[in-house]
Amino acid sequence: MKNMNRRKFITNGVAAGGLAVAAATSRPTEAKAAAGTFGGYPDSMGVLVDMTKCIGCRTCEAACNEEQGLPAPDKPFDDMSVYDEERHGGLPRRTTAKAYTVVNKYEVAGRDHPLFRKFQCNHCQEPACLTSCFVNAYSKTPEGAVVYDPTVCVGCRTCMVACPFYVPAYSYESAINPVVKKCIMCYDTRLKFGRPPACVEACPNGVMTFGKRKDLLAQAHKTIENNPEKYVKHVYGEHEVGGTSWLYLSDVPFEEVGFDTHLGNAPIISYVKDFLAMVPMVLTIWPALFAGFHLLSTRKAAADNDKS
Amino acid sequence: MGFKKGKILGLATLMALALPLSPPQALAEGQLNDIHGNLYEAVEFDHDMHIELLQEDCSKCHHHVAGVATSQRGCASCHRQAVEVPDPSCKSCHSLEPFSAAELGRTEGIPFINHRVKPGLKAAYHQGCLGCHQEMGGPVGCQDCHAMTENGEKFYHTGAHAPAPGKTDKHH
Repeated sequence: MKNMNRRKFITNGVAAGGLAVAAATSRPTEAKAAAGTFGGYPDSMGVLVDMTKCIGCRTCEAACNEEQGLPAPDKPFDDMSVYDEERHGGLPRRTTAKAYTVVNKYEVAGRDHPLFRKFQCNHCQEPACLTSCFVNAYSKTPEGAVVYDPTVCVGCRTCMVACPFYVPAYSYESAINPVVKKCIMCYDTRLKFGRPPACVEACPNGVMTFGKRKDLLAQAHKTIENNPEKYVKHVYGEHEVGGTSWLYLSDVPFEEVGFDTHLGNAPIISYVKDFLAMVPMVLTIWPALFAGFHLLSTRKAAADNDKS
Repeated sequence: MGFKKGKILGLATLMALALPLSPPQALAEGQLNDIHGNLYEAVEFDHDMHIELLQEDCSKCHHHVAGVATSQRGCASCHRQAVEVPDPSCKSCHSLEPFSAAELGRTEGIPFINHRVKPGLKAAYHQGCLGCHQEMGGPVGCQDCHAMTENGEKFYHTGAHAPAPGKTDKHH
């Protein structure tokens, strides 16, 4: 599976389909745990984002670009006109194959300054992208990052549909080998060596705090408790879709600044778990079972044929 | 006041000298260096001017270490007394690398959560300076305090390293 690319995958046709099924039934233990009552790795790391502190300088975007070796941006990172850009339907900027994190500006009535919201992969405890990926390109590492193996990705974009936060982006411009691209929490270059993501370290204003997720949650609740008149009494990401490694504090209701507050607290996998558990049973037991029935039911006829 | 201006300047210099990424020759009295090394020049910080402007109320910046009780709720719940510490420099409390494995390991053992919730040195400077500048109408632009270096222009893809005009991403 490791060396499979898009072309091989397609040319292998049915055989590759069989392999993919085999992969789905023999996922590594970490993913298998997600099918049960996996609440996340106990000592996994996370980032607490205090949006009240963000000044919208876009240094995190520049740091991400540099760390991940992404292509040069269309506009300089100190150009604030990007905040006026709109996508279809008046939506603000989103993550792309060239930008794994973006900051958006929200004018909020009654607030002195606009609120800036940094956006990137939230690194779910039980990721929908991982669940949806039929070539098993994704994994959740014990450090907390949701990473993916681009050499396995066949570019089907199912994860883009599955992600409740619309995070994974697609390298449309690559005609030969288009793959899905997203933030990996700087896993390869930093997180696995115990260092914070580049955006966290680059932030001048201490918007982001890096640490163990359970410690960050305690800190977040303490911050709210110490400033009850300032903060919304909710830590976004504590429970949403089963919890995320990135957590958010805000002084404006989350739904007013682009957060989906109707996602529910159940991990996305729980909606499909029952069905997915059936798939290996159907694919492995049924053929043998019904082949057996068939042999049994035709045995007499076959024996008769042999006699004659 | 338990400390003198000259001492603070000296501490600032000492602090700057301790920075691994900053070139030592760029250090001079009264300069606060770019903590992450090389994106911006050192801040030319006029300490005397700030003392005069704040009418010698050191606690405006050196919060709860300069003999004035803190008003922050998390601190004040225990620390009702005004304290004066021997080293009032930002660096003596705020870590240069707040998220290093060593620092995270050290703070993990601290039983009081309010002692752990503390910005790193760079964040402390920016929150302190910028917060006050916003309130008092001081300069708030990045380059109002520190000029961008050549490395900074590369990092931000700006100035001499700006992308060619007219390019747009069609897949937003």
